[in-house]
Amino acid sequence: MTTTAPAAGAVAPRQHTPVRRPSLLRLTGVELRKLVDTRAGRWLLITIGLIAAVVVTLQLIYAEEADQTFGSFFVPSLLPVGVLLPVLGILSITSEWSQRTALTTYALVPRRERVVTAKLVAVMVAALGSVVASLALAAVGTLVASATGGAGTWQLDGSLILNAVILQVTSVLMGAAFGLLLLNPPLAIVGYFLLPTVWGVLGEMVRPLRGPSEWLDTSKTMEPLFSSDALTGEQWGRIVVSLLVWMVLPLAAGLFRTLRREVS
Amino acid sequence: MITVENLTKRYGPHPAVDDVSFHCEPGTVTGFLGPNGAGKSTTMRMICGLTAPSAGRATVSGRPYRELPNPGREVGVLLDASAQHAGRTGREALTLSAYTMGLDRREVAAKLDLVGLNAVAAKRRVRAYSLGMRQRLGLAQALLGDPRVLILDEPANGLDPEGIFWMRGLLRDFADRGGTVLLSSHLLREVEAVADRLVVIGGGRIVAQGDKNELLAGGGTVVRARDGAALRRALDAANLSAADSSEGLLVQADAEAVGQAAADAGVALAELRPASGGGLEQLFLTLTAGESTKEAVR
Repeated sequence: MTTTAPAAGAVAPRQHTPVRRPSLLRLTGVELRKLVDTRAGRWLLITIGLIAAVVVTLQLIYAEEADQTFGSFFVPSLLPVGVLLPVLGILSITSEWSQRTALTTYALVPRRERVVTAKLVAVMVAALGSVVASLALAAVGTLVASATGGAGTWQLDGSLILNAVILQVTSVLMGAAFGLLLLNPPLAIVGYFLLPTVWGVLGEMVRPLRGPSEWLDTSKTMEPLFSSDALTGEQWGRIVVSLLVWMVLPLAAGLFRTLRREVS
Repeated sequence: MITVENLTKRYGPHPAVDDVSFHCEPGTVTGFLGPNGAGKSTTMRMICGLTAPSAGRATVSGRPYRELPNPGREVGVLLDASAQHAGRTGREALTLSAYTMGLDRREVAAKLDLVGLNAVAAKRRVRAYSLGMRQRLGLAQALLGDPRVLILDEPANGLDPEGIFWMRGLLRDFADRGGTVLLSSHLLREVEAVADRLVVIGGGRIVAQGDKNELLAGGGTVVRARDGAALRRALDAANLSAADSSEGLLVQADAEAVGQAAADAGVALAELRPASGGGLEQLFLTLTAGESTKEAVR
């Protein structure tokens, strides 16, 4: 009898030692690893970095030399990165269902809200990482600028960094919220990009909607975050209201759906 | 130890699993048998907390699955070998599970070795795995946390004969050392060879359960006539349910009753004997007679 299988004795059930449940830190580590351990995930992160690098390069080539400052390298890179971060959030949540790994994940951690929390923390860490990457690339751009005759000034308001963090963390969470709600990658991605756009267009076209649109269109409410001016109370209010609708609501409904959904 | 009490799952008005109760003791392999769509997988998903039951409850090692602090260390679960991320390597899939459970990374290599996935296979992406390799990977995942209970849905599916033989030995050994195994299959021979107890399900309901040898003892009667249609009419007239088998009609009654029914109808028999050789297959056919046709029609 030829067999590649070794003796089966090694699988005997062991005497039991008390086992602890995996900590949230551990689960977050697992979810961070899941972001990078497939080709698709790695390339998404690489693309995000490349886009930020391209934006800085374009600034170096085309921007007025006086405008080649740390701040003007940093801010423009936020927007394209902020477009891709939600995709990361969506895929982190939905790939469990499209690849059917939810079967393993939720068999190992039946308290699904813990997995979801770990995923949200993991994508927030990724968003923070993207801000750090944007800062690093802006620094490289500034160095190159000062060597090639650009302004190369390093001045940057701390509030701008804070705004950038808010911007990127909320966009990744909005993506994750749509993923949780729809649980299907193409549906969630299309929904995420289409709904706010449709809303924005409607807000422009339909006059009675223009008022509410000031408070509900995230592309409008989040706009002040790109500047270093301190935000007014009303501006913060608009951000909070729009995030309640596009982030908190889908997060809550999506969590409810994910906890109850049959895994098969 | 697995205890299932009155588990029921309804999808709309249709019950997929209907009032199913059984238990699996340490030291035994329980074969969970039934035709496709009988409710085996739904029952197993309910045991594992992946599907919420409409009624009833299930416990593993005395606790509902969802209340196990670190389930992977208590129960090894393999419900679908294809449910792996196609873009991860086999080793990476196990590494993620090992991290989740808080296991030493060496366990990953040990379990890959145990199921016969060599270093080359472990580095390949699951996309490139055959079904047999996925089953081995799934089995490695189930065994990773050195659990005391194994819940396996059709684990022999896609394995070659040598692989099936190997797995049979592995499960038998696991049980002999005090483990509890619940194993579903439609590969009847496989279950007959390894199980101590049987739970047979058809149309969502348990149709038979008990000790394998006891169940096989009442295997029914094999009867054959040149005029098969007349024989079937005769059995119908006598209210005896008959199922087709490779050797003739399999009747859930003793030989005397079958012979009398044939004589009453004037049907000449070519063969009449207690079913024994076919064992489980005939039991299975008898018990699920009608159920599988109902399933096919639905």
